[in-house]
This record gives sequence, structure tokens and C-alpha cells, in this order.
Amino acid sequence: MSVLVFAESTGGALKKAAFEAVTYGYKTAQVLGTDCVALTLGEVENPGQLGTYGASKVLTASDLTLNDFDGQVYTDVIGQVAEQIGATVVILMHSSTGKSLVGRLSARLNAGSAPGVNTLPTNDGAFRVKKNVFSGKAIAQVEISSPVKVLSVMGNSFQPETVGAEVSAEGVSVNVPARKVTVKEVNRVKGTVPLPEAELVVSAGRGMKGPENWAIIEEMAEILGAATACSRPVADTHWRPHHEHVGQTGVAIRPNLYFAIGISGAIQHLAGVNNSKVIVVINKDPEAPFFKAADYGICADLFDVVPKLNQALKDFYSNN
Amino acid sequence: MKLLVCVSKTPDTTAKISFNADHSEFNEEGIQFIMNPYDEWYALVRAIELKEAAGGTVTLINIGPASNDQIIRKGLAIGADDAVRIDCQPKSSLFVAKQIAEFAKEGGYDMVFCGKETIDYNGSEVGGMVAEYLGQPFISYATEMTLDGTTATIKRDIEGGKETIEVATPFVLSAAKGLAEQRIPNMRGIMQARRKQIDVRQPVAFDDLSTVVSYEMPPAKAECKMIDPDNMTELVRLLHEEAKVI
Ligand SMILES: Cc1cc2nc3c(=O)[nH]c(=O)nc-3n(C[C@H](O)[C@H](O)[C@H](O)COP(=O)(O)OP(=O)(O)OC[C@H]3O[C@@H](n4cnc5c(N)ncnc54)[C@H](O)[C@@H]3O)c2cc1C
Repeated sequence: MSVLVFAESTGGALKKAAFEAVTYGYKTAQVLGTDCVALTLGEVENPGQLGTYGASKVLTASDLTLNDFDGQVYTDVIGQVAEQIGATVVILMHSSTGKSLVGRLSARLNAGSAPGVNTLPTNDGAFRVKKNVFSGKAIAQVEISSPVKVLSVMGNSFQPETVGAEVSAEGVSVNVPARKVTVKEVNRVKGTVPLPEAELVVSAGRGMKGPENWAIIEEMAEILGAATACSRPVADTHWRPHHEHVGQTGVAIRPNLYFAIGISGAIQHLAGVNNSKVIVVINKDPEAPFFKAADYGICADLFDVVPKLNQALKDFYSNN
Repeated sequence: MKLLVCVSKTPDTTAKISFNADHSEFNEEGIQFIMNPYDEWYALVRAIELKEAAGGTVTLINIGPASNDQIIRKGLAIGADDAVRIDCQPKSSLFVAKQIAEFAKEGGYDMVFCGKETIDYNGSEVGGMVAEYLGQPFISYATEMTLDGTTATIKRDIEGGKETIEVATPFVLSAAKGLAEQRIPNMRGIMQARRKQIDVRQPVAFDDLSTVVSYEMPPAKAECKMIDPDNMTELVRLLHEEAKVI
């Protein structure tokens, strides 16, 4: 009996979300009275650091063919390790990789699942855990009855905590099946923070009037070290790239701080951002629905107020 | 080419969400239901485009009660050839996936399409589960796809970027924005859909391993604090000292 956490890496580096997942795994293991084992796939730099975040053991399957993602192969390998160590709970990140695995792995292990959880499970008589449903408009409590359970943890719901010390990673022996998917090319947007992982997000909508006006938004994102996002019509009219589209039919995010600039706050937009910890709305219409979902509001013309805000942010960062 | 498209029914995006008295069930009263947008706009339309280009059939599958037939009819009006409904009230993703996989096994489909997630449960699970039951690759978050014989080249969303992969049929795919453009059914499609058959079948036995036991509403937001537009220093101070996010 153990909790197994698959700690994802990108280009050989472990990400903050992997540390979050390990801390979540550590706390889940405490609830169940067991220990937390982390697993990395492919070549990964310094896997032993996962010990710091709560893994009592770190296993590595470093077969080179695991450097590229293949859901079928990953599922099989994670499944083998789960069986070897007798894992009762398998934890993934709710990232695009994790989301591609959560269903597949639960079918492989004949395990009930809860994708996108954002609380620790409880285990008094029944194993229960909460997740958002209806695009963040409600919360569901899921009960899992099978001996093995698969969870994926929503990013930015738990912060990594230093609860242990580095451990030395151990290689694990697995059969890596032949892959059926060939990765031809990987293109990551360079230099900027990927939107789903960003803690600060600056987002703008149709109130911007046109793509030529985005410099003030990009400037603000740069000062803050934030990712940029946009509303759906802005992406649909190609003012901004599609990967910036947030909302019910775009990316769902939960940053610590979300700036909504010239966005009305339609229900479908809110569905993708209403789990942000703090929301700041800049809109010239006092009736804009977004103000109802905001923590701080500025009712003014964005073309006046954003340059002023940028100056205030610059002053702040040069003094702090 | 034989294509199977999984479609589900979800509350309209503007639906006001509420629950029954003991919070154990979603309150369907007064709710408008629609076909899950990812299934309709992207998965179904791309399947129809492939059929139009290379010939074949597009079959819809839905796991649900008779009231779901309206959604299925819409899919038929958009251009699917036929449909099957597994008659039951599903309670878990694994149950749904099992039903789809059992049906798909018989049919020998070249591709099974689904949407990247449903907008109600937001699970992103069914496609991967079906693929595992069928022993096939699962390509998630596909935003572009071309087919050359039996080899598909697919662009998919990954964290902060895109990945291009190659895979041979048969496989299961989940559709994201970009894979196709939404189609509005025309009069001819709607008329034809009336004559198309929905094959209603009984589910295979499968025990649910996970179920939703209760729902709650997220905690209410505190009142929005309005800031003087001429005092952005104050906003920055509040974000730093009060909200502690910068
Ligand atoms: C099924 C479905 C799914 C959808 N999914 C999504 C989704 O995922 N994401 C999404 O964003 N939308 C989605 N939508 C669209 C959504 O309903 C809205 O139409 C959209 O969010 C509006 O975008 P907007 O706020 O940028 O534009 P608008 O609604 O046009 O709002 C512009 C805002 O800018 C303000 N403004 C204008 N000029 C200024 C200025 N100078 N200074 C300050 N403020 C100014 C205006 O007061 C207004 O509030 C969906 C719709 C449907 C039907």
C-alpha cells in the first residue's frame, strides 16, 4: 500500500506543478497512513529533489524512448509501477499530459477516478474528494469505491512544501512497450510563461478595439512577469493567437491574479477564470457583469488607466 | 472509412446551476440542454469532413436516456449517417467508456472521435478510457488533423505550445478548438435527420467505481472594491499588502 505520484517533466526538468503533486501525494499518504512514492519517466535532472516535497522514495524509469510522450506507453509503465509497489492511490497532475492519462490509467488499473481535484481526500469509511464541475460554477464530492484510485490534481491548488529531504533516486525495472505514436515536432512558445501554469495573468478583450493596441497589455505582462490571455472573440478575429483564449471553450486557468481589461465578463468567459484567487477588472461600463466577479474594480477608459497602472507597477518593482 | 463520434448532452453554457434539496443531484428543471460544444463543433464536424473527402460513414453514439434523442437528431442533421443510443442513466465516466468500447469493438471503426471534455463534469477522461479498452492510441487535444491513407498527422495542444505527431489508424482522438469550424444544420439536413434511425440498445453490465455523492456551490465572492482610476498606486499597494499576490 502506497501513494504513487507521477512527477511530470518537460525537456528533462521537473516543473513546479510536479512539486505541487508530490506535496499533495505526501498529504494524501498521511490521510491514508502510508508513504508517498514519486515516479519520473525518461531522462530527468535531479529527480531526488522530489524527496524535499514529500516523496519518501523516488523511482525513475529512464528509458530514452520515454523522453517523448505516448499516452499508451506512459499508462502501461505507470500501471506496471503502481502494481509493483501495490499503490492504492495514483496521483497525476491535471496538465495536458496528466489529463491525457487520467482516464486511460483508471481503465488500465480498473480504478475509479477523480480528475481535476482541488482538495485533499477524506477517508473515514469512504474515500471522498472534491473537484470543480460545471466549469467552476459548482463543486462535486466524488466517492471512489474501488481498491485502487486515480486522481489528477488541479494546478495551483496546493503549493509545494518543503517537508522532507532529498533522497537518492532508484531505477525501476519496467517493460517499455513499442510506441505507436511518433512525435515529429514540439513547439513551445518561447520566453513567455505558459498560460495554464502562470500565477499572474493579464487578459484583454474586445474593449482593446484592435490588435495594434496590445503594446500596453504586453508591457504590463512584462513588468509583472505575467502570461497574456484574451477573450474568445479576440482570438476568433485573430487579434491574438488561439492559445491565449480563456473561458469555457478555451483554457481554464486559476492564477493568483487575473487582470481583465476591456472584457465584459460573459458567463462563458467567467467559467474559465472564476477560480482565480484575485480578479482585477478594468472596464468603462459600470454595468459590466465582470465587476460582480471582481475583487478590485476600476471603472474607467482602459487607454487612460493601463499606462498609469503600468507606471505604478514599475515604481513598485523598482522599490521592492 | 468507418468513423464513430461520441456525443454527450450538457446544460447550455448560460444555464443557472442548482441542485435538489439534499444536494445529491443536479436540478434539471428549466435547464436547456445542448450537445457538448467540443463534440458538436469540432469532433463531429471533422469526422463529417473526412467522410466527405474520402467516403465512408459517420456513426454517433450517446450513452443516455430517451430525452437525449434531441441531441442525437441535431448531430444527424449536421451530417452523421446513423446513431446508436445506449439506453441508461450513466453515473461514471468508466461506465460510459465501457459502453462505447463494447459497441466500437463490434464495429471495427478506423477512428473514434470525442470532445476534449464535457462542459459539465469537465473530466477529460472518456476518450482515454475507450482507447485503453480498445488497446488503441489516444490522441488528446487535437487542433489539426490530416489523413494520408491510414496515417494521420495531428497537431495537439500541450502545456504552453503544440506538438505534431504521426499515428496510424485505428485510434481514438479528442477534439479541441481549431480541429474544425462549427456547422449549423440546414433545412435539408434537418428533414433527412427525421428519417435516419436511432438504434437503441441495452447497456452491458458494469459496476460504477466512482460516483458523485453531493454538490455544493463555490463560496460567494466578497463585494468588489472600486479603486479611483487616478490612484493606481493604491491598487498596486492593495495587491501587494492586502491581497498579497504581487
Ligand atoms: C457556447 C459559447 C461558448 C463561449 N465560450 C467563450 C469562452 O470560452 N471565452 C470567452 O471569452 N467567451 C466565450 N464566449 C463568448 C462570450 O459569450 C462573450 O461574447 C465574450 O466573452 C465577449 O468578449 P469580450 O468581453 O472581449 O467582448 P465584449 O462583450 O464586446 O466586451 C467588451 C468590453 O470592453 C469594455 N470596453 C470597451 N471599450 C473600453 C475602453 N476604452 N475602456 C475600458 N473598457 C472598455 C466594454 O464596456 C465591454 O464590457 C462563448 C459564447 C458561447 C455562446
